[in-house]
Amino acid sequence: MPDEGAQSDDALLDRLQRAAFGYCLTAVNPENGLVADTSRPGSPCSIAVTGFALTCYLVGVKRGWMQRDAAVARTLTLLRFLLSSEQGEQPDVTGYQGFYYHFLDMQTGRRTWQSELSFVDTALLFAGVLSACAFFDRDSQDERVIRDSGDWLYRRVNWQWARGAATTIRQGWKPEGGFLNSGWNGYDEAIILYVLALGSPTYPLKADSFTEWTSTYQWENIYGHNFLYAGPLFIHQFSHAWIDFAGIQDRFMREVKCDYFENTRRAIHVQREYARRNPGGFSGYGKDFWGITASDGPGGIPLVIGGRARNFAGYAARGMPFGPDDGTINPCGMLACVAFAADFVLPAMRQFAANYPEALCSDRLPSGLNPTARSKDNRAWMSDGYFGLDQGIVVLMIENYRSGLIWQLMRRCPPIQVGLRRAGFTGGWLG
Amino acid sequence: MSEPASQPGRHGPPQADALHDNNHPPAWRNPTPVGTYDLVVIGAGPGGLTASREAARLGARVALIERSLIGGAKLNAGCVQTKALIRTARAYAEIRDAKSYGAVGPDAVHVSYPAAMARMRDIQARLSRTDSAPRLREARIDLYFGEARFLSPDQVEVAGDVLHFRKALIVTGTRPQVADIPGLAESGTPPNETIFDENECPARLLIIGGGPLGCEMAQAFCRFGAHVIIAQSDPMFLPKEERDAAQVVSNALARDGVEVHLNTTVVNIRTKGDEKIAELAYEGRTFAVSVDRIITGIGRSPNVESLNLDAAGVGYDLVSGITVDDFLRTSNHRIYAAGDVCLEHKYAHVAEASARLATRNALLAGGRRLSALTIPWCTYTDPEIAHIGLYVREARQRAIPVRTITILMHDVDRAVTDGEEEGFVKIHVRQGTDRILGATVVARHAGEMINGLSLAINSGIGLRALGRVVHAYPTQAEAIKMAADVYRRELFMSGPNVITRAWLALSRAAHRWLQQRRLP
Repeated sequence: MPDEGAQSDDALLDRLQRAAFGYCLTAVNPENGLVADTSRPGSPCSIAVTGFALTCYLVGVKRGWMQRDAAVARTLTLLRFLLSSEQGEQPDVTGYQGFYYHFLDMQTGRRTWQSELSFVDTALLFAGVLSACAFFDRDSQDERVIRDSGDWLYRRVNWQWARGAATTIRQGWKPEGGFLNSGWNGYDEAIILYVLALGSPTYPLKADSFTEWTSTYQWENIYGHNFLYAGPLFIHQFSHAWIDFAGIQDRFMREVKCDYFENTRRAIHVQREYARRNPGGFSGYGKDFWGITASDGPGGIPLVIGGRARNFAGYAARGMPFGPDDGTINPCGMLACVAFAADFVLPAMRQFAANYPEALCSDRLPSGLNPTARSKDNRAWMSDGYFGLDQGIVVLMIENYRSGLIWQLMRRCPPIQVGLRRAGFTGGWLG
Repeated sequence: MSEPASQPGRHGPPQADALHDNNHPPAWRNPTPVGTYDLVVIGAGPGGLTASREAARLGARVALIERSLIGGAKLNAGCVQTKALIRTARAYAEIRDAKSYGAVGPDAVHVSYPAAMARMRDIQARLSRTDSAPRLREARIDLYFGEARFLSPDQVEVAGDVLHFRKALIVTGTRPQVADIPGLAESGTPPNETIFDENECPARLLIIGGGPLGCEMAQAFCRFGAHVIIAQSDPMFLPKEERDAAQVVSNALARDGVEVHLNTTVVNIRTKGDEKIAELAYEGRTFAVSVDRIITGIGRSPNVESLNLDAAGVGYDLVSGITVDDFLRTSNHRIYAAGDVCLEHKYAHVAEASARLATRNALLAGGRRLSALTIPWCTYTDPEIAHIGLYVREARQRAIPVRTITILMHDVDRAVTDGEEEGFVKIHVRQGTDRILGATVVARHAGEMINGLSLAINSGIGLRALGRVVHAYPTQAEAIKMAADVYRRELFMSGPNVITRAWLALSRAAHRWLQQRRLP
């Protein structure tokens, strides 16, 4: 990587964004458009990563990294697969009730890993689909097909069914055992799921389900910052990749005189403050080294390091300040905060690149880095390969910071507008 | 009232003899009933003992009936025993972790489980002295041993004697529910309580159901060296607790080595030689674990069946227990109930508080409401979880605007010096006011710390006043003061600081004017 200290912020971001964008080009199966969960051999497709990739193509077109025709072709390939793949109650199909299984076989497109029919991952897939519908607005045959197919697929999703017997949406469903035993509790990334479900013209969720879900929110003062608490950073980011929450408020945010965008800013302050305090005594933690979120981790057997017993998790949703925290940060999570707190993120990224050049040898960031757990060559432990969700959120959030492309695009998306209004959002760009 | 036990014998360890001399003397002779009792209390657990002593102090003629052992589950079937064992287990954990305290520990830690059990029995015997049978007699309480059975709305029979009463109080408590698992009965798994009579720590222990007591036991036995597995059907760890509290305790249990399987049911148990093989099901898949001992902690059933409540006209349910109103009256207004047998929160101190309230309602004019009490409770894992008042979800469900002020224990000096940084103090206040709605403390000594907040809530003291209370430094309870300081800081940031700033500006101007006048 060139000397990042001599680069302008925009040049640095351009490099990191383009490298992350490259994941979508290499991890896709060109036959069906599905995108792999990780770059590791044998990785299945993640439908959420596939949703991120659909929006990444638009960024690629905007940045000149991909021809519009190529993006259209890739999008059409995927939409044709989604239209033609089998839906039903059988355990080895692609989806059911318009939803898709969390993990699909990259070749056959059928359910794999005994995964669940994932409602939130389907929502992320459809965020990608709807962004493509909004972006490809020309009167060509192909772009018309994209819009019509996307609309048809979205209309097919039975969001009402996803509640089961409850008021709120469940976490998933399995053909072997029905609905998963738990719903969503507390603030989390499901806000986009609710917005899309409320905005559906065919199976709209009742507005009281959003009220019920937000009744589990917790407005909390931690380290002197008042914010809607959630431990892992990705919760404060994922829905924001598509929806511009700045200036719009639902009932909860009106009551506490905040909005979700500002809330994420505060969550970043708390993350940074936690890293500075570093109660766990982890190596590296500080004002320029944070990003405690879902990430890959060292795993393995417990170790005693520096007189302290350490347990390391593998891939897990890490959180702060209540844990779990094993000293692993996700640099992609930190970088994706740029749209909210560039003043923190840009100096931190430069410092990160200086301290851990091995993590940026291809400009693409790994999914986890842990300096407390040393590798055999006494370097900080680093996750092998790349994870699609991390690369996707980096591409989208840098773009929102640089041009606001996706936020502007999705403001025009009817399901987003309707869903937000039905959830009680008012003000700002919603009018 | 604990489960009927065989008459205590004299063949256990010496501490057991001392204990039985206190809580069920073998040579005890029931008194001869004379006239009508002002109050008959059924069950000599913590609630029954509190009620009968309170009634005697008020000058009432009071009878106390116990079918097994004085002290109930608190002394004889879990509470005291686990706390004693938890302390020993914590000592072993600290020895293993000596380095982090700047101390040198032994090369290898040798655990003596029999020594831990002997200490536990000593403590049990010692605590049983307070409410021994002779002491109760000295307190002018007529103590009857035997099964109580109502004959009519104002008569109860015990060991062949018929007691007439003006008022009665049922505090018979609960017993562990027997899990309905195929093969469990056939596997010869002994009841949970007998684990406190065993002198050998099981090498592999399966705890079915991850309630508070299950988690306490899991951590303690793990620290004694057992491989402990918790299997629970609920997808959330400690589902009734705040998620962050459960997360901190989950981290601690994982670090100690407890294996937790959530969303998992035990579908079958079979015996193979000396070991038990439990088949566990998770999301449609099954797997087997081999263990030496099984504890089922799936809940508790009220002790109501043998009381012949129908004859007394007392309404009840086999699952939720005796039905009471806010004054703890049953459907027979002569008869009251308190404690585990009728309340959702099954803790010894809840039984004591409710029994005291019921006794006063039964004997004196005036109605005290149970709902007026705000009662804390604590789970004695390490760190402990203590809670009082409303949870955030409860406040929001009641449309009460609520905010939480959180102080992390790693920001509290004494917690840092003690190496006890895990946890937090969360105080839930009504938005725009300093009124404390509830609080959760997760800390090594959370059970001690919650009492300060209990005092504040029950005395109507708000955060503003709490912030003016000087706390000793350094103490872990300072976390409560720090939360109050956050409130005060925000208050001064938001409005009144305009006044203070104006005042200070005026003072500065006055100071300058005076200085100028002094110039020659």
